[in-house]
Amino acid sequence: MDVVIWSRIQFAMTAAYHWLFVPLTLGLALVMAVMETLYVVKKDKFWKKTAQFWMKLFAVNFAVGIATGIILEFEFGTNWSNYSWFVGDMFGAPLAIEGILAFFMEATFFAVMFFGWSKVGKKFHLASTWLTGIGATASAYWILVANGWMQNPVGTTFSADTVRSEMASASAFWEVISNPVAVSKFCHSVTSGWVTGGIFVVGVSAWYLLKGRHLEFARKSMLVGSLVGLIGSGAVMLSGDSSGVHAAEFQPMKLAAAEGLRDGGNGAAFTVVPGIKIPKMLSLLATHSFNGYVPGINDILNGYTDNDGNAVPSVADKMARGRQALDALAAYRNLRESDPEAAAAAKAVLDENVQYMGYGHLEKPEDVVPPVGIVFWAFRFMIGLGMLIALVLLLSVIAVWKDKLGKWKWLLWAAIICIPLVYLTGQCGWIVAEVGRQPWTIQGLLPVNVAISSLSAGAVQTTFFVFLAVFALFLAIEIRIMLGAICKGPAVEPKNE
Amino acid sequence: MSYEFLQNYWWCLVSLLAGLLVFLMFVQGGNLHLGNRALDEKRKRMILNSTGRKWELTFTTLVTFGGAFFASFPLFYSTSFGGAYWVWMLLLITFVFQAVSYEFFHKKENLLGSKAFSIALMVNGILAPFLVGTAVGTFFTGSDFVVNKVAIADASAPVISTWGSGWHGLEALVQYHAVLLGCTLMFLTAILGSLYILNNVDDDEVSAQMRRSIKVSVFPFLLFFIFWAAILLVRPGYAVDSEGVVSMEKFKYLHNLMQMPVVLAMLVVGVLLVLFGIWKGGFTASRKGIWFTGPGSVLVVMSVFFLAGFNGTAYYPSCTDLQSSLTIANSSSSYFTLKVMTWVSLLIPFVLAYIVYAWRQMDKGGISTKDVEGTDKY
Repeated sequence: MDVVIWSRIQFAMTAAYHWLFVPLTLGLALVMAVMETLYVVKKDKFWKKTAQFWMKLFAVNFAVGIATGIILEFEFGTNWSNYSWFVGDMFGAPLAIEGILAFFMEATFFAVMFFGWSKVGKKFHLASTWLTGIGATASAYWILVANGWMQNPVGTTFSADTVRSEMASASAFWEVISNPVAVSKFCHSVTSGWVTGGIFVVGVSAWYLLKGRHLEFARKSMLVGSLVGLIGSGAVMLSGDSSGVHAAEFQPMKLAAAEGLRDGGNGAAFTVVPGIKIPKMLSLLATHSFNGYVPGINDILNGYTDNDGNAVPSVADKMARGRQALDALAAYRNLRESDPEAAAAAKAVLDENVQYMGYGHLEKPEDVVPPVGIVFWAFRFMIGLGMLIALVLLLSVIAVWKDKLGKWKWLLWAAIICIPLVYLTGQCGWIVAEVGRQPWTIQGLLPVNVAISSLSAGAVQTTFFVFLAVFALFLAIEIRIMLGAICKGPAVEPKNE
Repeated sequence: MSYEFLQNYWWCLVSLLAGLLVFLMFVQGGNLHLGNRALDEKRKRMILNSTGRKWELTFTTLVTFGGAFFASFPLFYSTSFGGAYWVWMLLLITFVFQAVSYEFFHKKENLLGSKAFSIALMVNGILAPFLVGTAVGTFFTGSDFVVNKVAIADASAPVISTWGSGWHGLEALVQYHAVLLGCTLMFLTAILGSLYILNNVDDDEVSAQMRRSIKVSVFPFLLFFIFWAAILLVRPGYAVDSEGVVSMEKFKYLHNLMQMPVVLAMLVVGVLLVLFGIWKGGFTASRKGIWFTGPGSVLVVMSVFFLAGFNGTAYYPSCTDLQSSLTIANSSSSYFTLKVMTWVSLLIPFVLAYIVYAWRQMDKGGISTKDVEGTDKY
C-alpha cells in the first residue's frame, strides 16, 4: 500500500477514535449541567452528589478526547501537507477561532468544575459546568464549519498566484460559517452526542436497577438521561433530514453510494435493505418532492440534468477540463515573468476551467465512485440503530414516568446493550459522511492523492502502529476506570436510598 | 488595515502565543519533580495536583498556537509539519501521554501502574521543551526543504513542500545551535516549574526543594542561553529584500537587534525579569518569583520570534534553496482571512480576563495537604 492509503488509514483511525470520546463529552456535559442546576434551584444535595458521580466519568472521557483531538490537528500538517497549504487560508481560520473562543473556555471552566466545589461559590460553579459544555459545543461548531467546508467549499476562489483556495471577500467568511452543510452537520453531530450521553446514563442507571443498588439515584438519573437522549434523538432525525437534502444538492455521488443507486430517475425508491423498497421515498427524502430527480452513480458518471434544469457534465468531460486547468496553471506559473501576454492567455483558460481542476488529477472517471458497499451498509446501520436507540429512550421515559422500571426488566437490559450500539451508530454516521465523499478531501477541488505530504509509506506505517498501540492502551484503561467507578457507584447519602 | 499590517500583526500574535506557551510550560518543568527523591509521595501528589489544575491551559495554548500558525501562516504549517515529521510526531506523542496521565495516574485500573504515568509526565517535561526549543532553533539555522508551488499541477509528484533529508526533522538534533536553544528551553521550563510550585504549593519542605532545584538549574540555563545568544549574534542570517529575494547577510540577527530598538528593549527587559524572578524565588524567602520570570520569558520568546521574522528576515529559512525560504509575506494567509481573524482576535483580552479570574479563584490559598485528601483530586 502506498503513502496515500496509509495516510488515509491513519487519519481515519484517529478521527474514529476521537469520535468515541467527543459525543459522550457533549452529552454528559448537558446531563451534568441539568443535574447541577436542579441542585442549585432545589437546594437538594442529592443532585449535587448525582452530578459529581457523572462528572467523574466525564473527566476520564474528557482527557482522552483532548489527547486525541490534538493528534488530528497535527495530522493535517504532518500527513496532509499539500492540503494544509491549498486550503489553509480557509481551513486554518476556524481552527484558530476554535482555539481562542472554545478550547480556552472548555479548559478553564473544566478545572473550576472538577476542582472548584470547595473553592468557588455555588452559582459560579454551576456557570462553570454549563460553560464547559458550551465550550465543547462551540468547539464542535468550529471544527464542523471546517469539515462542512470540505464537503461544500463555499466562499473561496482559487488564486493562480498563490496556488491555493483563498477567501473571496471578508463577507465570504459569513458564507463559510453559515454554510448549510456545516450547520446541519453541527446540529446532527451535537445532538447525536446528546443521544450518546443520554443512553450512557440510562444504560448505567439500568445496571444499578438490575443490581438493586442506588435505586433513587438510578431512577432520577434515568429520567434526566432519557429526556436528554430523547430530545437529542428528535433533533438528530430533523438534522439528518436536512443532511440528506444537502447531500443530494452538493454531493449527489455520496447519496447515490449510500443508496446503492446505480441508475437514478424521478420518483426514486428508498431501499430499506436489498429487496425491500419504499416507492418514491428517496425522492421525497432527497428533494422533499415525491417526483424529484435523484441521479444514480451511472448518471453522475455520464452526465445528467438536475432538478433546476442545469446540465451536469459527465465525469470524463470534467476530467478533460480539469487537465486543461492544470496545464494552464503550470503555463501561467512558468510564463508570468518571462511572457506576460502568454501568461494572461493561460490564466484565461485556467479561469474558464478552474471549477473542475480537481478532476484533472483523476486517472479514470470511476475514481469518483466511493466504496458503495461500505457506505450503503453504514447508512443502514446508522438509521436502524438510531431508531432502535430512540425507541429505548422513549420507553425509558415512559417507564420512569409510569413507574414500570421494576417490571420492564427487558428494557433495562436493552438500555445496557444500547451503550455499545450508540457508539457503533456514531461511527457509521461518520463513515457515511467521510467514506461517502471519497476521493475528495475538498469536494471537487482536491482529491486525496494530491493532498498528501512527501513521506515514505514506511514512516506513516510506523506512526500508524504506534498510534494504534497507544489508542488500544488508552481505550482499555479508560474502560477499566469507568467500569471501576460504575461498580463503586455514587456517593449518595443513604437517606436518599 | 493594509495587508502588510495584518501579516505583521499576526506574526506578533503568534509570537505572543509562543511566549505564553513557554511560560505555561511550567507544567512540564514542574512535573520533573515527580522524580525528586527528596520529596515523599504526599508532597509529590501535591505537585501533581498543582500542575494538574493548569495542564489544560498549557495544552490549549499549544493547540491554539498550532491553530493560529496554521491559520495565519499556512505555508509554514504545510512545510514544517509535513517535512520535520518525526520531530512533530515525537512532540505529539509526549503530549498525548501527558494529557491522559493526570487522570490515569492514581487509578488502580490504569494497567501500567502509577510509576509509568509518572515517567510519562517526566519524559514530556524533558522532551516537550527540548523539541519545541530545537524546532524554533531551526528558525535561525535553516532546514533542508524546497517549496515548488507549481508541483501541484503534476499528478506524479504533486507535493508543494518537500523535505530533503530522509531523517525528516531529526537532523536538527545535530545542529548544535538549534540544540542549544532546545537545552535552554528545557532548563528554563524546569526553573519556571519550580517557581510556579514554590508559589502555588503551601508546604515548607516543597518550598525548600524548589529553591534547591532553581539553584541547580540556573547555571546550565544561563550557560546554554548565553552560548546560544552569542552564536546567534555573530552568525550569518537569512535576509529578504523588498522584491522578496533571500540572501545571506553577515551578522544579520545582530543587525536586526540594533535596527529594532523596541525588540532590543523587550529582550533586555525580558532577560532582566527572568533573572530577577530566579533570584527572588531561588535566593530569597519570597515565593513570587514566577510573576517576574514568567512574563520575562514571554518577552524574551516574543523578541526571539521578532528577530527571526521582522526587519526583512526569512523566519523559516531553507538552507537547500534560499528562495524557498519562508517569510512573513510569502507564507501568510490572504488579506481577507487575516482581516476576519483580526476582528476575532479582539476577543483575546476577554478570554485572558476570564482565565485570570478563574485562575485567581482556584488558586486562593494555594495547594495544601487538604487538596490531596478530598475527592476532587488527581
